[in-house]
Formats: sequence, structure tokens, C-alpha cells
Amino acid sequence: MTTVVPERAALALGDDALVLSHRLGEWAGHAPVLEEEVALANIALDLLGQARTLLSLVGDEDDLAFLREERAFRNVQLVEQPNGDFAHTIARQLYFSAYQELLYGQLAASDTVFAPLAAKAVKEVAYHRDHAEHWTLRLGDGTDESRRRMRHALDALWRYTGELFEPVEGLPVDGPALREGWLGRITGVLERAGLALPEGPQHTPWAAGGGRQGIHTEPFGRMLAEMQHLHRSHPGASW
Amino acid sequence: MTGTDWPLWEVFVRSRRGLSHTHAGSLHAPDAEMALRNARDLYTRRSEGVSIWVVPSAAVTASSPDEKDPFFEPAADKPYRHPTFYEIPEGVQHL
Amino acid sequence: MTATAPETEAPDTAGLEAVFEAAVAADERIEPRDWMPDAYRATLVRQMAQHAHSEIIGMQPEANWITRAPSLRRKAILMAKVQDEAGHGLYLYSAAETLGTGREELLDKLHAGRQRYSSIFNYPTLTWADVGAIGWLVDGAAITNQVPLCRCSYGPYARAMVRICKEESFHQRQGYELLLTLSRGTPAQHAMAQDAVDRWWWPSLMMFGPPDDASAHSAQSMAWKIKRHSNDELRQRFVDICVPQAESLGLTLPDPDLRWNEERGHYDFGPIDWDEFHEVLRGNGPCNDQRLAQRRRAHEEGAWVREAAAAYAAKHGEATA
Repeated sequence: MTTVVPERAALALGDDALVLSHRLGEWAGHAPVLEEEVALANIALDLLGQARTLLSLVGDEDDLAFLREERAFRNVQLVEQPNGDFAHTIARQLYFSAYQELLYGQLAASDTVFAPLAAKAVKEVAYHRDHAEHWTLRLGDGTDESRRRMRHALDALWRYTGELFEPVEGLPVDGPALREGWLGRITGVLERAGLALPEGPQHTPWAAGGGRQGIHTEPFGRMLAEMQHLHRSHPGASW
Repeated sequence: MTGTDWPLWEVFVRSRRGLSHTHAGSLHAPDAEMALRNARDLYTRRSEGVSIWVVPSAAVTASSPDEKDPFFEPAADKPYRHPTFYEIPEGVQHL
Repeated sequence: MTATAPETEAPDTAGLEAVFEAAVAADERIEPRDWMPDAYRATLVRQMAQHAHSEIIGMQPEANWITRAPSLRRKAILMAKVQDEAGHGLYLYSAAETLGTGREELLDKLHAGRQRYSSIFNYPTLTWADVGAIGWLVDGAAITNQVPLCRCSYGPYARAMVRICKEESFHQRQGYELLLTLSRGTPAQHAMAQDAVDRWWWPSLMMFGPPDDASAHSAQSMAWKIKRHSNDELRQRFVDICVPQAESLGLTLPDPDLRWNEERGHYDFGPIDWDEFHEVLRGNGPCNDQRLAQRRRAHEEGAWVREAAAAYAAKHGEATA
């Protein structure tokens, strides 16, 4: 196994997990039912654990989380999207967890420094995907309102899914295979839920790039401002 | 089932292999699949279990406290069902 | 009849009451389907509901800091703690349901302002140190109140409390550790910790309820072993525990009358402002409206989700099992 840590790759994976965990943490006290408070927090905690391991591979986890500027974050734009209603959160979870499970599956079998982490995380993520799928079925095949909301959420987030399959420096994954597996998975779930696969582009037409290049969406700046404010207000302090 | 009121489920957790499932508590869920998942999140988040059963609370038939005496007292006067009832001479092994 | 349906009062009430009283006197547990006096049942439902409501409203002041936690370690701890509170709410609603009152009904009462939650959660969390003060003082007071409830006469409540108390000790320790880190940190951090303790100390003492001579339900609850120690007894126990802990923290408690009384073998402390307590209880605390409004909003905005899952289950029946 190689011991050199590809920084770009560690940041990409670590930031994905950190940012999504933060968004899920925003649900605390707002979930539609108590049982779901517990479920969302479990997922958020799994992701935060992954983020801490990944960021620690390339530096001090807190310096990286709290002192980097927006442009230095390498997460995909999908995970930074605001929670919206419960359907938006579930659509984001579905898209991302299906990707993350396949990605970690590949990495677990790889000859990289990420293999041990991926082997552990892939089990956590399988559960996240299971949670998202079950809710997708219930919202898609529930009431007229839930179906409308779920369809809207899937459509709204579709444009952020293409970025998941772009190559990341230092991450030896088979992009096309990942994409194919992901599409098969999502198509299958949506079919069972009686929902159509969204149409339209999976990318923004903007040439500046996406999250992996440090280009983010407007809500991300505010999210970071909130997340980093206290830490930055006390330079050098321990917590 | 109508509206938003999810039914109640009883949760049984096997804490480790070799032990039986024990009642851990209850929770609400719309259906059995979600009940299992909610139970996993709620009752095993500190690694308390390796296996879970969920049962609709409405499906449990319980003995009534009024019937306590006819149900359980007849068992109380049959000490011969218990091994300590029997005297075995000292030195006899494997019994 | 289901396992949780309440028994109706049988004609031979006197005989049943004698059996009930004997069980309580012998420190046996009362279980859901046993006969019990109506007032015992009502008191228990009220107390368990209030306790459950406190857990879920209590998520709010701390969740207020999840998105701003200053380190990833602290963020994980706080998320796990707030999650535990949701879990504790669930255990307690389940315990209340064994007496035949559904969670939905209890939540409706909370949302309508007809059932209470602990007044302590009507105070705001203004700084990060408040998360520590809540863990140390508020959870500390709660544990002092709750440990005796593990031996409460009602079985399901006692069992829920055993589970809760086990989990709560992590809450209190993380709060203490958080404050200790701040107290030993920069001058600004130390000041933040002291300010939080100054604001949370008195409200924490109020958590034990009115003085014994003014407590409406105490005597009967003690007789029924729903309550095992008096308000003042528990409050004194809490003060005695906290004083040396504050010294170790390097923080002071905001009470000039606080001193060791050799004769009593306890710390004396100054008078509590019961007017503040009653005003907050009446709904005039700094956050009463805010807390209840957020709870109602979460419930109302979640209605379509709960409906969808119920509709899905109805469509697919037990085929999904």
C-alpha cells in the first residue's frame, strides 16, 4: 500500500462528509418525527467521523475545517445545498449515499491509503443509502403531496449530480463504472417509487467549474460563516 | 390506518449471540421495515445489540392481572420441577 | 384488549386498593395492567409527559450551537448529546403510552400549552459556554432528580429512567470538561465560562421545584413512591455536590451567602427568587414563546411526511414486512 496521501483526494472526500454532516445537523430539533431526529443524527455522526479521519490524513482537522476559505473547500456542490423540506434532504441523501457507497466500495478494494477507512465507512454508508431509499419509496408512493414534493426535490438537485463522477486527482476510481452503477441504482429505486428519472443536464453550464475546483453555490458561504465564526473569533484558543 | 398517527411497536433486542431477545422498549413507525430501522437507531446506538425483533403492540396478547392466581400459582407448589428438590449423596459427580 | 389498555375500575375497589398499597409499601413495581387508583395514573401520565416534553424542548437550546461548535470533536459530542435527548423523549413517551395515552395526544397537549415542560429550557443559550453550563448544572440537577426515579413505583417509568440515567452521565461529564477547558483557556474563554455559570446557577436550583412547604403534589407522590425525596432535600444535595466542583473548575457560584455550615453538615445558600420562577412558569420567560413555536412548526411542517408514510403503509399492508 502506498503511504503518500493525495491531498486533493483526501480533502474532496473529507469535505463532502463534513459539509453534509453539518447540513444534517441543522435538522436537530426540526425533524418531522422524533424517530427521524435520531436517524438523521446517526447519519450526521457517521459522516462527521469519516470527515475527521480523512482531514486528519492531511493536516489538523480543526485548522482545515474552521480556517480555510470557501475556495479551498473541495466538496461537491450537492452536499452544500440547503436542507429545504424533508423531500429535498432525502433526495440529496439518495443521490449522495448511492454515490458514496459505490465509491467507498471501490476504494476499500484499492491499494490506497483510503482503503481501511473506506472498508469501515462503506458499511455506514450502506445504511444511509437504505434509509434514503426507504424514504424515497414512502414519499414517492405516499400521498399526492409527498409525491409532488419528492419529484420536485429530485428534479431540483439533479443538476448537481454530474459532478460526482468527475475525476479527482489521487483518487483511483473507475468513473464510468461508478456512474453506470449509480444510475442503475437510482433508476431502480425511482421506478419502485413510481417516480420518473429526472431529465435535463446533470451539470451547470458555467465554465468556472464546480465544488471540486473550489467553486461553490451562494448558500455555502453563509454556511461556512456560521460554522467558522466562533472558532475564528478566538485565534489560537483550545476548545 | 389514517392520518399521521403511526402505530406502536414493541422492540426486542438480542444483546449478543447466545442470549435471547429481551424487551427493550417501544416506538412508533408507519410499518415493520421502518420500525426495524428506527429500533436500530434508537435502541442499539451504543452497540447494545446484534439482532432486533419488532412486533406490533396491538398483536401482543397478555395474561390479565386478574388471572394472575389461576395462571401462576399452580406452578408455585411443584418444587419437584426444580433440581434442588432432590438430595444427592456427597461425592456423586456430573449430576 | 391490548397489552396497554387501561383497566377500568372494578367494583371491589377497596380490596384492589389494598393490594396496590401493599405492593407499593413492599417496594414492588406497579405494572401497566395492574389495578391502580385513578389519581395515581393521572399523576404518572402528567409527570412522564412533562418529563418527555422537557427532553424534546430541551434539544433546542443546545441544538442552537451544533452549527457553531468550535471544534469537530465538540461538534460530534454535541450532536450525540442532542440525539440522546430525542431518544430519552422517545423512551418517556413510550412509558407514558403504557397507561393508554398516545404520544400524539401528549404532543397535542404540549403544543396547545396544556402540558408543561421544565422551565429551565425557557432560558437562552447565548454563548458556547452555555452548552457546558447546561451539561454541568442543568443535566447535573436533572440527574440528581432522576437517579431516585430509577426506583419509582411504576415499572415502565423506572425502567426508562435506568436507561436514561446511564446515558445522562456522559452529558454531565462532557459539560464539565467543556467548562474546564474554557476556564483554563484564554481570559476571554474564562470570562465566557464564568458568565454562563452566573446565568445558569439560580435557574438550575429552581429545577428542583418550589420549597417543600409550597409544593402542591409532593406529599401524595412521595407516598406513592413516584417521588422518592423532597424538593428541598434534592436541592441541598445538588448544592453540596456543586460547590467543590466549581472550585475545581476555577469558577465561582454567584451567591454571596454560600458557605459551609458545620452544624448542618451542608452548604447554606441564599434565597431563591421564586417570583422569577413563577413568572417563567406562567409563560413569561425569555424563550417560552420561541421554544413552543419551533416545536409546533416542526410538528406541523412534518405532518405531510408522517401522512405519506402512513399512506404508503396502508397501500402496501404487511407485504412490506
